[in-house]
Amino acid sequence: MLDCGLDMTSTLNFLPLPLVQSPRLSNLPGWSLKDGNAFLDKELKECSGHVFVDSVPEFCLPETELIDLSTVDVILISNYHCMMALPYITEHTGFTGTVYATEPTVQIGRLLMEELVNFIERVPKAQSASLWKNKDIQRLLPSPLKDAVEVSTWRRCYTMQEVNSALSKIQLVGYSQKIELFGAVQVTPLSSGYALGSSNWIIQSHYEKVSYVSGSSLLTTHPQPMDQASLKNSDVLVLTGLTQIPTANPDGMVGEFCSNLALTVRNGGNVLVPCYPSGVIYDLLECLYQYIDSAGLSNIPFYFISPVANSSLEFSQIFAEWLCHNKQSKVYLPEPPFPHAELIQTNKLKHYPSIHGDFSNDFRQPCVVFTGHPSLRFGDVVHFMELWGKSSLNTVIFTEPDFSYLEALAPYQPLAMKCIYCPIDTRLNFIQVSKLLKEVQPLHVVCPEQYTQPPPAQSHRMDLMIDCQPPAMSYRRADVLALPFKRRYEKIEIMPELADSLVPMEIKPGISLATVSAVLHTKDNKHVLQPPPRPAQPTSGKKRKQRVSEDVPDCQVLKPLLSGSIPVEQFVQTLEKHGFSDIKVEDTAKGHIVLLQEAETLIQIEEDSTHIICDNDEMLRVRLRDLVLKFLQKF
Amino acid sequence: MDGQTRLGMLHRLLVLFWPPPQTESVILSPLSFSIYRGHKIQHSDWHKEPLRIMDPECSRLLPALCAVLADPRQPVADDTCLEKLLDWFKKVTEAESSLLLLQENPCLVELLSHVLRPQDVSPRVLSFSLRLAGTFAAQEDCFQYLQQGDLLLGLFGEAGTLGWAAWNVPTVRSGWIQGLSSLAQHPSALHFLADSGAVDTVFSLQGDPSLFVASAASQLLVHILALSMHGEAVEHHSPQGSAWPTCAQKIVGHVEESLRSTAAPQVTQALNVLTTTFGRCHSPWTEVLWEQLSPLVACLLERDPIPAGHSLVDLLLSVARSPVFSSADCGLWETVAQTLSRLSPTQAGPLALGTLKLQHCPQALRTQAFGILLQPLACVLKATTQAPTSPGLLDGTLGGSMTVDALLSSKSACAGLLCQTLAQLEELHPLPHRPSPWPQASLLEAVVTILQLCDGSAAPGSSVGGRLCGTLAGCVRVQRAALDFLGTLSQGTSPQELVPQVFAVLLEYLESPDSSPTVLKKAFQATLGWLLSSPKTPGCSDFGPHIPLFLGELFPVLQKRLCSPCWEVRDSALEFFTNLSRHWGGQADFRQALFSSEAPTLTQQLLRDPESYVRASAVTAMAQLSSQGLHATLASPEHPEAEQGLLREFLNILSADSEGFPRRAVVQVFTQWLRDGHAEVARDTEQFVATVLQVVSQDLDWEVRVQGLELAQVFLTQKLGQPGHCPYTVALPEAPLPRLRPEVLRTLCQPWLLEFAFRALFDCDRPVAQKACNLLLFLRDKTAPYAGTQETGDSPHLDSMEAALQRWQAGEQGQPLGDPEPEAMLAVLRSLDLEGLQGRLAESSDHVEKSPQSLLQDMLATVDILEENEADCY
Repeated sequence: MLDCGLDMTSTLNFLPLPLVQSPRLSNLPGWSLKDGNAFLDKELKECSGHVFVDSVPEFCLPETELIDLSTVDVILISNYHCMMALPYITEHTGFTGTVYATEPTVQIGRLLMEELVNFIERVPKAQSASLWKNKDIQRLLPSPLKDAVEVSTWRRCYTMQEVNSALSKIQLVGYSQKIELFGAVQVTPLSSGYALGSSNWIIQSHYEKVSYVSGSSLLTTHPQPMDQASLKNSDVLVLTGLTQIPTANPDGMVGEFCSNLALTVRNGGNVLVPCYPSGVIYDLLECLYQYIDSAGLSNIPFYFISPVANSSLEFSQIFAEWLCHNKQSKVYLPEPPFPHAELIQTNKLKHYPSIHGDFSNDFRQPCVVFTGHPSLRFGDVVHFMELWGKSSLNTVIFTEPDFSYLEALAPYQPLAMKCIYCPIDTRLNFIQVSKLLKEVQPLHVVCPEQYTQPPPAQSHRMDLMIDCQPPAMSYRRADVLALPFKRRYEKIEIMPELADSLVPMEIKPGISLATVSAVLHTKDNKHVLQPPPRPAQPTSGKKRKQRVSEDVPDCQVLKPLLSGSIPVEQFVQTLEKHGFSDIKVEDTAKGHIVLLQEAETLIQIEEDSTHIICDNDEMLRVRLRDLVLKFLQKF
Repeated sequence: MDGQTRLGMLHRLLVLFWPPPQTESVILSPLSFSIYRGHKIQHSDWHKEPLRIMDPECSRLLPALCAVLADPRQPVADDTCLEKLLDWFKKVTEAESSLLLLQENPCLVELLSHVLRPQDVSPRVLSFSLRLAGTFAAQEDCFQYLQQGDLLLGLFGEAGTLGWAAWNVPTVRSGWIQGLSSLAQHPSALHFLADSGAVDTVFSLQGDPSLFVASAASQLLVHILALSMHGEAVEHHSPQGSAWPTCAQKIVGHVEESLRSTAAPQVTQALNVLTTTFGRCHSPWTEVLWEQLSPLVACLLERDPIPAGHSLVDLLLSVARSPVFSSADCGLWETVAQTLSRLSPTQAGPLALGTLKLQHCPQALRTQAFGILLQPLACVLKATTQAPTSPGLLDGTLGGSMTVDALLSSKSACAGLLCQTLAQLEELHPLPHRPSPWPQASLLEAVVTILQLCDGSAAPGSSVGGRLCGTLAGCVRVQRAALDFLGTLSQGTSPQELVPQVFAVLLEYLESPDSSPTVLKKAFQATLGWLLSSPKTPGCSDFGPHIPLFLGELFPVLQKRLCSPCWEVRDSALEFFTNLSRHWGGQADFRQALFSSEAPTLTQQLLRDPESYVRASAVTAMAQLSSQGLHATLASPEHPEAEQGLLREFLNILSADSEGFPRRAVVQVFTQWLRDGHAEVARDTEQFVATVLQVVSQDLDWEVRVQGLELAQVFLTQKLGQPGHCPYTVALPEAPLPRLRPEVLRTLCQPWLLEFAFRALFDCDRPVAQKACNLLLFLRDKTAPYAGTQETGDSPHLDSMEAALQRWQAGEQGQPLGDPEPEAMLAVLRSLDLEGLQGRLAESSDHVEKSPQSLLQDMLATVDILEENEADCY
């Protein structure tokens, strides 16, 4: 199984979970059907024309009906965003396999899960809505609830215990490490340049190679650069995780982010940046480190609030081997690879686990707050949205591309604060993909259908799709694809003593053949030719002799093997030389039939066989056979 | 000692010892060093008489130099020395008889004879000698003189240089061509060229691997052709080709043969020769030449692909521009028309532009050429299914498919063609004889569409449009070219219904996070052009209907750009803001939009920007706002401290900023404020000027000090009136000068002013000293009538001034001038030889090094040094 991401957009249908009692949210009116029926008013609330489920947020799980996940042997994880559904799979499906991921992926993935669990668990909600999920009722609901898919499979967030159990099933791997999977294939993680420890995977046998390219980046950010060379010579390249905002250039967006941040703060407003606790935030802090002095923002406090803020900032500094070259070299100076260490040291950046406690003592405005969750449905961000939403001086800047910012803001309407959408998605765009594919030249590309056509909103942008030859094979949800290659060969090893015994014979310059008599030993998808056991000594006991003869096939004296082809015309001439007359040749679909009418004999010559059909004249048959053999090579 | 004697001494002192003796600071400055050298060379007037016969000193040095050049063991270190030497010989031979020169300096002929021994000469000396020989032989008598010893044949003949190993060095081949080029000035030279077989060698050198040699060979052919036709043209009026001199026929025959060749390089060579010929020679014979060759040129158009397209375009334009063809009907226009239709769009563009620039071109051809030029834009409009609103753009549909193919073939081809077209139309736009009617509306539509294609906001309806969209998305090159052209189009009359589209696309670019800094700068420039060209409508609003709306959207964008992390963007935004405020500061709509924005506050914050360019731009911007009362807090009279705060901030920048740009900007602003009578300056002008000059005098940046002198000049002008003696004005009858009031005189002779000027006079940077000299001259002239009536006595003031000036001259800057009487100041002013000083300062810093004597000495000295080094090696 390649990755197991969690679709969190389902949470956008739920009301936010405020850390502090919010009169506005608690007083939202219940929703009732057009006919005035209000039986759902406890579950559904209305806010500025949108309807939200008033319940603990739930998540959309990976597809479980198409495949029995208990039969999955291995899960390969690409990056920490692509493992958020892991506890659901390892703990509730009977999964007994192994999960492979790099160390930073596991550590930061743990932080993301821990933050998620913490956000949900620290605001316990008594109410759990389920009535609206009834298919008959759901039909009556307004969009987007009406159109939500598989709502019955939506689940509440996992617990920390489940997280720990799931993570314990992960086996850590390093870049370029070759891992044997049951002898059948070898998998290798490669740096994908997207996030700390993010990987693309090579899945290869001796004769086939499949590359799985997930979230990858060619930009120079903090992670180790993408390893492109190892993707070459792939039979199939499975391509996913391209940028979600192909028209937004990350550099431009960072500039936009900084400009709007400075503009707001200079006007005395606060800036709220809903974000994940790891990833782009490192790059943003680095940009701000260079920018704040030049923009005269040195006195503005930057707050990073997350239950895992401290761990995230510290983890980033210790994964030196997973960082880009510049950052790696800093470690040897020794200096912290990321400049946020200096921001913390100089008190320009302060981090807190929550708005409670020290933060409330240190808090001063105007300020910049980085906090989660980007969906604006849970986490400390909910508090700041409630706190700052009423003033037009303040700005919320969306940098994470995973959620529609308009949908995220829906339960906060009407909103006075300014909203800026600066999605920073460093993953591959279509131009980069084209270059990548030209560089690595896979025989076939397999990708989601969305990548093979321009975005619906920009149908004329032919540049916003994958353009490769042959055209990419696309798939939709729940499609079953047959990858366009067949496993035609298996590698078989020959034991040295067996190889020693072979006597090759050159049949063409450069080509030698030898007959092999051996025992094929197959175990764990490894095939080995071993010398056949020697025939048992006749001196052994009868019983033993019998056992041996049962186990080992009879080693009879082998007839020589034949090779070559029979040229019909020459063959006929030879027959005539040897006194055969009245010879007739007929062409057939598979070869020729030579008819010796006088002798009432038929010689059927085909590509891989020759039959001599004569009536009870063994002498004639042997004579003819010898003539045929003259045209063939023996070994 | 009386006052007059003292002044006389001071005068002599300044004249004799000007400029100051070398001090530490002087050594550090190359400019002041040159001034010092200027003093040392007492007879440095040679350059004023460049045509003098070679002076005896140079003549004395020449044999040694020739010996050095002829000696292979003494390599000449520097090629530029040889170039300078050659230039000097050229000057000498232009003024004097070369023959006389050679006879008086036999060492020169010896040098030329010496190089005939190839093993002893370095390629660079050989090349030099070839060119030198050519220079001398340009005069016919000298040519004959050199011919007597077969020297020229040895140098330029087939048995000479051509056979040597050194011929493989491009410099030698180049020298050979240049030598012949110099030599070919008279009929004897023509015979020599014909007899020596040099013309055939020149033919082969046209294909030389060195581009310089190949180009020079082509030029030489043209030169020989023109020379051989020179005499003929006078005697026979436009003779037919068959009656031309043998040499000319040979060259024309070679060109014809090359034109028939299937090898593109040969065709290119022939076309280049013809292009140069028609560009340089405007005699009637060129018409005969064209008649003879034009069928061959036309034949080139029948080949596929057309060889040497660019050279063909150059030739046709060269012929078309020649005055010989201005009235003649020689089939030229048909050939141009045919070429326009046959060439690829990229190649045809320059021909179309060149054709449209011609004054006397037939209208049909102009229409065709304009159609070709518009073709790419027409294709863009067609592909995006927008029908042009005015006729003209889609008329020339011929070749449209070729243009579409070019646009779609590759990203670089598409961008190249569009950039070329946009630049060509931009060039055409301001010309008085540009095509008429000018399709302003269609061009606007096209350029707006291109900009939309580039930022992905276009919605093309066709597949070609879709592909164009994909090709052009994010193409910075095309964006820049299109914005440039859009800015140029603001200078025409545009349909009002299109103006909102223009502003919309400009706003898109100004807003887009993907706009690169250079694109953004162009977008700002284009926006400014369109804003300033917007027609004002009478009525309650200052502007037309679009502008107030646009301004409302512009200021938030401008604010964002002022906060950009990219300093280039902040700088461009400030520049735009300054220009806009300068032009529109008085308009109510603009003021309203500005006051409701944070732009002035942000601009003030940028005075402390870490980037010095941005700080400088912020200074200019703030000064502009302040001058127009647009600084938010300034606008209210209850906040006068804001104005003073700005002045203080500027003074702080002037005295404390570590970079020169902001300080220069501040002094410029102060000068402008003084000129304009800015309120803060007018409050106490003297105090203001005194403060500024005090700070400026300490500045290490010479440009700041020059600006400070400019400020002082403005101050003096305001006190004394405009400087006189303008050479371009008709002298009016002189009115009696009004007498200066004593208090004015006292103001002018304030120590802070004169001390600043005198110190600047001794400045180690020449521009500062020049400016100070001009300032003091102005002051002296203006105060002369008053000062002449006063007796300057033997006063202690004069003593201290004399002492101070002597010390400053000596490089000791510490001693102040004291507080002398105005009379003493004026006396000192009168005593200085300021005119003489002005003359010496006007000399370029390398005038001494330019003297031939210095050159010869340097070359000999270099050899000495090389010898010394050689000795050291042992």
